[in-house]
Amino acid sequence: MPATFTRHQAETERKDPGFGGKPPLDRRPTGGGGGDDNWDSRPSGRRGPRELLIRYRLGVFSGLAGDFVFFAVLVSAFFVRQTAGHIDASENYVSDWHPLSVPPILWINTAILLLSSVTMETARRQLFHEIDIMEEWLGLGRPAVRRAAPWLIATILLGCLFLAGQWIAWQQLAQQGLFFSTNPNSHFFYLVTGTHGFHLLLGLGALLFALIAMFRLKRVEMRQIAIDCTAWYWHAMGLFWIFIFALLTIQ
Amino acid sequence: MNTKVGRFQLFTTDHRRIAVRYLVLGLVAVVIGTLLSLVMRIHRVWPAVAFPFYGTLRPEDYLAVVTMHGTLMVFFVLTVVPQSAFPNLVLPGQIGAEQMAFPRLNAAAFWVTTASLVVLLAAFFAPQGAPISGWTSYPPLSAIAAAGPGQGTGMDLWLWSIALFCLAAIASSTNLLVTIVACRCRGMSWGRLPLTVWSWLVSSALTVLAFSVLLAAAALLLADRHLGTSYFLPSGEVVNGLVMRSGKGSPMLWLHLFWFFGHPEVYISILPGMGLASSLLANFTRRPVPGYRLMVGATILIGVLGLGVWGHHIFVSGMNPYAGTAFGLTTLAIAVPSSAEVLTWIGMLFRGRLQPTTPMLFALGFLSFFIAGGLTGPILAQPALDSYLHNTFFVVAHFHLVMAMAGVFSVFAGIYYWYPLLTGRRMNERLGQVHFWVSLVAAYGTFFPMHLAGLAGEPRHYAQLSGPVASFANLIPVERGITFSALLLATAQIVFLINVAWSARRGSPAGENPWRATTLEWSPFPHPIARGQAYSYGGSAERDFSPQWQETGAGPVFEGLKKAPSPSD
Ligand code: HEM
Ligand SMILES: [Cu+2]
Repeated sequence: MPATFTRHQAETERKDPGFGGKPPLDRRPTGGGGGDDNWDSRPSGRRGPRELLIRYRLGVFSGLAGDFVFFAVLVSAFFVRQTAGHIDASENYVSDWHPLSVPPILWINTAILLLSSVTMETARRQLFHEIDIMEEWLGLGRPAVRRAAPWLIATILLGCLFLAGQWIAWQQLAQQGLFFSTNPNSHFFYLVTGTHGFHLLLGLGALLFALIAMFRLKRVEMRQIAIDCTAWYWHAMGLFWIFIFALLTIQ
Repeated sequence: MNTKVGRFQLFTTDHRRIAVRYLVLGLVAVVIGTLLSLVMRIHRVWPAVAFPFYGTLRPEDYLAVVTMHGTLMVFFVLTVVPQSAFPNLVLPGQIGAEQMAFPRLNAAAFWVTTASLVVLLAAFFAPQGAPISGWTSYPPLSAIAAAGPGQGTGMDLWLWSIALFCLAAIASSTNLLVTIVACRCRGMSWGRLPLTVWSWLVSSALTVLAFSVLLAAAALLLADRHLGTSYFLPSGEVVNGLVMRSGKGSPMLWLHLFWFFGHPEVYISILPGMGLASSLLANFTRRPVPGYRLMVGATILIGVLGLGVWGHHIFVSGMNPYAGTAFGLTTLAIAVPSSAEVLTWIGMLFRGRLQPTTPMLFALGFLSFFIAGGLTGPILAQPALDSYLHNTFFVVAHFHLVMAMAGVFSVFAGIYYWYPLLTGRRMNERLGQVHFWVSLVAAYGTFFPMHLAGLAGEPRHYAQLSGPVASFANLIPVERGITFSALLLATAQIVFLINVAWSARRGSPAGENPWRATTLEWSPFPHPIARGQAYSYGGSAERDFSPQWQETGAGPVFEGLKKAPSPSD
């Protein structure tokens, strides 16, 4: 069931095998938009069109909270290492931390990633347009999916472009003689961009899955979920990138 | 109440079957972990004993045994059973959900946990044996393969095992969180949740955060070991006479990260037991939990404060002393909500007729250990005192009482209490009582004298007390007593295993709701509605409880329970 429509009470009731009757003690107002219109008081699994969507979203948010902490730890390692200098006998501050000037292409990559979040959001919203989604739900073609697909493909392309850009940035650093093992700062640079890149690869996988799922999945609801969850994940990766990028450029 | 777990299916998504598997996994881990602990105890008092299939223990073997014992017990017993097995068994029931929110994710988490255990046990068969750096795996010992036997392949296997465990824990807790938030049945408002569910809510949130930190720390340590980074490697490290590559990293970073995980972890493993204790004390005194809101608030507060006290594990590690004072204060602050819960439990004991069934006895045992071990916490939380006590047996005594024994006793309480849900039968009471009393006495006999050893300055993680230093010679009788007591404690568990096996066939049939409990896991209806508070005990003698699935105040409870149509909605 799509997020803009709910089955009639009677319909839900009819589908319930075996337990059609109400317990005699269960007071039920009749008509007039009484208490029964409150979806929350229905059994789990039949609480209106958004129930499953919200459940999946919560799951994604919980995972992303963990992921955020994961990145935070990497960043804390960066700060600890950055300040690990000492003051020697002649009162000079000695540090082996060599600030690393990020390749300028990262600015372009950042712009690309932000743009991809915009396209992703546009794709996501297509699946919540009332008229289109109603048609889908009634089985009259897939207008919402057709509208969303180009935006989704655009997101995939922009995502690939971002990863390619990161690859180029690594190449440029390597040409300057900065490899993973060159110094502590380059360790960090490669480690954190690599980890983020790996997350984006997973995201691209999710995007491809969502693209196929939109055309394959039978239930409109599940199509919405596939796109919605991918979108939140993608936005989160954009957000994480902004933090990381700020850290890398400002350091 | 649906009884009996049906036909075997390998990749089942049924949460009860998964619960049984987690219990079996925990049993495997606890058996191996216990045998390892006995090896340690025997070696400490009879160092020359040759173990069958092995021979005498070398000092490094002792360290490997300590490490594997701690890892198995903390992760695969005291995390897996309270935080994975029990919620799979009863959480959906208690909130009236038919299924978990993500059954497949939940099932996958079980298999990843299993893989993690296999990888960990494989470390025993690694070229130089199991790792030796303790369950906390402090660098630089853990970061350099040359630092000792077992620190090569063995340590790598340990790290991969922990990484897998973290992924599984995060996945399974995500599932629990969403299940609690989004899948409660009609009428199950937040204020009606059993306290076990509140505990699982908090411990699951802690799991997602804390295990993510451990996962990242493990990743960084693996990078140090294999990618040439030096996040945890200090400069000028000399290992086995060789100067290691200069790192300028900080072992302190690992200490902070590990304990940022480690302290919440101890609450992850004890919070479910605390929730269960509240439920059992209410049930077996037939009185409601007083101050339900206070208990919920304390649970949440413990979770929140628990994120800010990790520094009390590393007072003497070179941390800034001012930070030590601050962590000492936050640690004392967490004693406040803990005490609020303990005082509530004690208060509950003085109210009703106390029914000394086996689950109740184990709940009381939990309470006693939680207090006995908890009292030494604030002592250790003083940086000044801790600089003497740190790394002595005093700490070992503290956490074996407050975490290990309290945790294990709450696990036993849970198994005795929920056994009828799985088998339709009760466990044998007489065997249960024997199991309880022998375990109680032997557990105190094992862990209480460790305080004395610790106060005398006996260090932990040392293979032997003998040798050139004679200063601990007068502790040897104490040590011997501890070992005998530990052997008795382990033997007593055979009674438990016999009881589990015997009662499955021959136990007295439990019928519906054998403990006359109020929470929904005992509801006879498949689709219950929560109609009342979680702990509505008390009232007249013949009607001293009203279950949550029952309309409150609508006629005598027992009449018509069977006849009432299933509330389907
Ligand atoms: C009032 C409450 C508590 C306080 C103030 C407290 C304080 C402390 C302190 C200061 C230490 C560090 C001692 C040292 O290493 O020198 C410690 C260790 C420990 N505590 Fe607690 N604790 C409390 C409750 C608990 C609880 C409830 C648990 C578990 C359920 C627990 C489990 C542990 C463990 C496992 C260790 C040792 C870890 C290791 O070094 O291997 N504690 N506690
Ligand atoms: Cu702690």
